[in-house]
Amino acid sequence: MPKVTIDNITIDVAPGTTILNAARMIGENVPPAMCYYSKLQGSGGKCRVCLVKVTKSSEQNPRGMPKLVASCCTQIADGMVVENVTSPEVIEARKGIVELLLINHPLDCPVCDQAGECHLQDLSYEHGAATTRYDFGRRTFDKIDIGPYIQLHMTRCILCYRCVYTADQLTNERRHGIINRGDAAEISTYIQNVIDNDFSGNVIDVCPVGALTDKTFRFKSRVWFTKPVNAHRNCDKCSGKVTLWFQGEEVLRVTGRKDKYGEVEEFICNTCRFETKQKSDWVIEGPRRIDTHSVIAQNHLPYELDVVHPQIEAAQ
Amino acid sequence: MQLTNRSKQVSNKEMTFSERMYLPAIVGGLRVTFSHMLKKGATVQYPEQVREHSAVFRGQHVLKRDAEGRENCTACGLCAVACPAEAITIVAGERQKGEEHLYREEKYAVEYDINMLRCIFCGLCEEACPKDAIYLTDRIVTSNYERANFIFRKEDLVEKVALEGRIDISKRKKDK
Repeated sequence: MPKVTIDNITIDVAPGTTILNAARMIGENVPPAMCYYSKLQGSGGKCRVCLVKVTKSSEQNPRGMPKLVASCCTQIADGMVVENVTSPEVIEARKGIVELLLINHPLDCPVCDQAGECHLQDLSYEHGAATTRYDFGRRTFDKIDIGPYIQLHMTRCILCYRCVYTADQLTNERRHGIINRGDAAEISTYIQNVIDNDFSGNVIDVCPVGALTDKTFRFKSRVWFTKPVNAHRNCDKCSGKVTLWFQGEEVLRVTGRKDKYGEVEEFICNTCRFETKQKSDWVIEGPRRIDTHSVIAQNHLPYELDVVHPQIEAAQ
Repeated sequence: MQLTNRSKQVSNKEMTFSERMYLPAIVGGLRVTFSHMLKKGATVQYPEQVREHSAVFRGQHVLKRDAEGRENCTACGLCAVACPAEAITIVAGERQKGEEHLYREEKYAVEYDINMLRCIFCGLCEEACPKDAIYLTDRIVTSNYERANFIFRKEDLVEKVALEGRIDISKRKKDK
């Protein structure tokens, strides 16, 4: 089994694993990913926020790689040494990439329904500068309704292609792609064709920003005022395992269950997501664990209280 | 045995005639009384006279409008999540076509309630607001007999469109 060292932690991984997945196996200092989605084949390599520095290419080739590489699409080699947060160069590069991602991104977080669970928000909070150096106008688009349930805000899109891969791989007919190139590129549904596939709602879950949002949840509440609860129902189309977002007794939103990287565990169908919003439709399993640092955990007790070990003897 | 050094020796001496008539005590008392007549009074005649508040006084909230009279608040909910007393409740709505002169952003607060019995006037809502919408003013929240009247609705909080109805918050405005 090839050995790889990431941020001074060594791990044995299967050949062909990417650096990002090896870092996820270690579980510490995982590079952020805006476009890579482990459930979608071929995703990754678009956003460049997962850049890492390879200081030693392999056991045979002790030289490092000349440039920073995208960890989501670079496979490991035996004896590879990778620097992520330990390299100031990587942190600096990531800061620049966040600035580039934000060039056309509007600062409408107070309006956006994704705020509070937005990966770009987290990323810019962690890496970005508070001000922009960009003087030119941002790209503006009109809002597009993709079918009765999904709304596309092209202004917020960072062109990660996740939704395109979802439409390609989960649904039978491709109705959803990117037209034009470079700065003019935009998500399209090919002349606003309705995505009527049963699994089209999953593009909302895979979108790392607020470009694709749930129209049934539009402006209903903020994410941090709702309580996430695991629930399931018997569904003949999907697994039926979802997260319900409650406000009081009312189910405001249904999403897939997302892991700590923001990726859904199982894709859910449109019936579960949009049409069954009664509490009686679901079998409730229990509250979801919320990260203490998340804004959703604001004004709530942490799920697990820290254990305090009083050191009385040491104090005396 | 002396238990404390604070004990006072009590004298049991006979009072003089004038002391028995309370004359020195009365004169001393009246001197205090008349000296206060010459001093400036500590009270103000409240409804007519208003004492000036300190610069950091935090009173009743106001929801500001921008220069064109549109409401600044976009119902982002940051004030409500920052509020340690959980006094603020917001219901958001989408701006319809033709309402652009009423609300600045595409989302606005349909309902904005502050429970003044819960509010502790800490000013965290003002600090959290990204849109310059909520400010605490030097106005006092008046007393009332009904608990329900302490829940201030949006109508009570938004300032008037007319320029003379606007509320000056320049003292509270910080350079962000």
